[in-house]
Amino acid sequence: MSVLARPTAFESDRKPLPSASPKVTLKPAGDCGLLVEVAARIAPDVQARVLQLDEQLGRVGIPGVIETIFGYASLLVIFDPARTDYDALTNTVRQLSDEPVTPRRPVRRWRIPVAYGGEFGVDLPTVAAAHGLSADAVVTAHAGASYTLAMFGFLPGFAYLSGLPGTLATPRRTSPRMKVPAGSIAIGGEQTAIGSIEGPSGWHVIGRTPLRTFDPQRYPSTVFATGDEIMFEAVDPEAFHTLAARAAAGELVAERIS
Amino acid sequence: MIELEIISCGPATSLQDMGRPGWSRIGLPSAGAMDPRALRLANELVANDPGEAAIEMAFTGLAARVSGGPMHAAVAGARTRLRIAGRAHPENESFVVEAGETLEIAAMSDGVYAMLAVEGGFAIAPSMGSRSLDLRAAIGGWQGRPLRAGDVLPLRRHPAARQARAAPVPLDLDVPVRVVLGPQEDAFTERGLQTLIGRTFMASPRMSRMAYRLDGPAIERRPGVEMISEGTMPGSIQVPPDGQPLVLMADRQTVGGYPKIATVISTDLGRLAQRRPGQSIVFQMVSALEAREIACQSQLARNAVKPVGFGENGQPHIDAALLSGIGDAVVDAVDFETWEYVAAQASAHR
Repeated sequence: MSVLARPTAFESDRKPLPSASPKVTLKPAGDCGLLVEVAARIAPDVQARVLQLDEQLGRVGIPGVIETIFGYASLLVIFDPARTDYDALTNTVRQLSDEPVTPRRPVRRWRIPVAYGGEFGVDLPTVAAAHGLSADAVVTAHAGASYTLAMFGFLPGFAYLSGLPGTLATPRRTSPRMKVPAGSIAIGGEQTAIGSIEGPSGWHVIGRTPLRTFDPQRYPSTVFATGDEIMFEAVDPEAFHTLAARAAAGELVAERIS
Repeated sequence: MIELEIISCGPATSLQDMGRPGWSRIGLPSAGAMDPRALRLANELVANDPGEAAIEMAFTGLAARVSGGPMHAAVAGARTRLRIAGRAHPENESFVVEAGETLEIAAMSDGVYAMLAVEGGFAIAPSMGSRSLDLRAAIGGWQGRPLRAGDVLPLRRHPAARQARAAPVPLDLDVPVRVVLGPQEDAFTERGLQTLIGRTFMASPRMSRMAYRLDGPAIERRPGVEMISEGTMPGSIQVPPDGQPLVLMADRQTVGGYPKIATVISTDLGRLAQRRPGQSIVFQMVSALEAREIACQSQLARNAVKPVGFGENGQPHIDAALLSGIGDAVVDAVDFETWEYVAAQASAHR
């Protein structure tokens, strides 16, 4: 069973990137950090700038820069102040941000299996009730949309996605759960996410993927990278258990579309 | 083989080195010693690389027995008392524990974190490039979890270095902690900024390797400030709506949605980590430029730096052989809001 739209429904196919690129704001974050704020909003063009900047910084390779952390609309550059020429760093970031945002190298697209509702998504009825929808309608809407991986955080490998249909936005639970299973698919406010390892959550869990999205014994340890596009495919419990067994045996049970 | 058997230890005892930089982009904190000065000194006393993994203790000490040969070791950081085979030994001076003898490290009398380094280091495989425990990912450390009674840690073979002595790591309990304002100082009122810089805060019992919550006057935020989640630094001072600041530490969450009024400079974060619940904290403002100069001078700049990850999925290039040492530990006792797993248990052992 599949409720998937075809890959042509992906966000980057529908919307051409705007030619005007937003100006960035640079702010120090202590002595080892530079916060590059692209804009104060969550939008595809902002995200495209963040991704491009990260890619460019990696390519330029500024001495002393240790790592970068993605935000929805920002990039935090972490550096060693004893080895980094701060002015060179800020000048480089400014120059790179003046370049137009160009379409990226081919975007990776994934289709990942999700068992919605029941034991896999205990909050599906709550989300449905909150919007006056049937559970099936929520599943159809959630699995029918395409998402972009905006950033990782909260837990190792925990993937925040942008692209949740506005009709599914649901305020967080008033009391968080101490443990939700690895691979939980959840909605929190206007965001949706793919869980990585077992952990606490205040979001509404609507499903679960058998995919092992994070495994520190594997390299790379996450299946996805920031900027990847993701669609969900609803599967029944039987298929979930079959796929989970295959995933436990080391198989990648996500489908790479492009 | 020389081995160290843990007879007893506190719940927040773990192996830590200079941390695991390069993986924050997929949600792993840098981890590493809460007071890098203590790690450095303990290692230097036994002629190790300054970033060699050592045992970090919080509040509590430990007791451990050596077998298979003599162990040359040193303790630095928080103030404590040492006994080797029942004999008292001065702090900040390395010592030899013979096979069959027991090392006892008492509960910390001043400061929070002390490091026990052994000459040659522990013969334990790193995980994702570091031996630091990451409790949430259950990697690094000893089998991906904190140490506990009964663990037997293998030591590397090593030539015997001379015993050494040094001045203790300064705890500087009355010295202000320096901060750089921002990145979101605009989210606070003038009064809020003056509260941070001009008033006295206290370390609270709600402290962990993830964050230190501070007691004191509420910091006033501007109304209606909306934040989009963004990357955090060790040292970021987040202010939730209740106005009580939270300093992010080594095991921080890598992204956060609370405005950050200021960032503790890297040179001073270890000193802050040593403040016990109830001890005072005063913040002093420095410019970002001053802060970078202080970092250059303090020689505290990280020694395990790596370039921006540009391997697969943007993760650091890494030898597959380093991706081992995975344990079976799961996080089962955390406060959802703060991830505190240390304080509640540590206070019971104090």
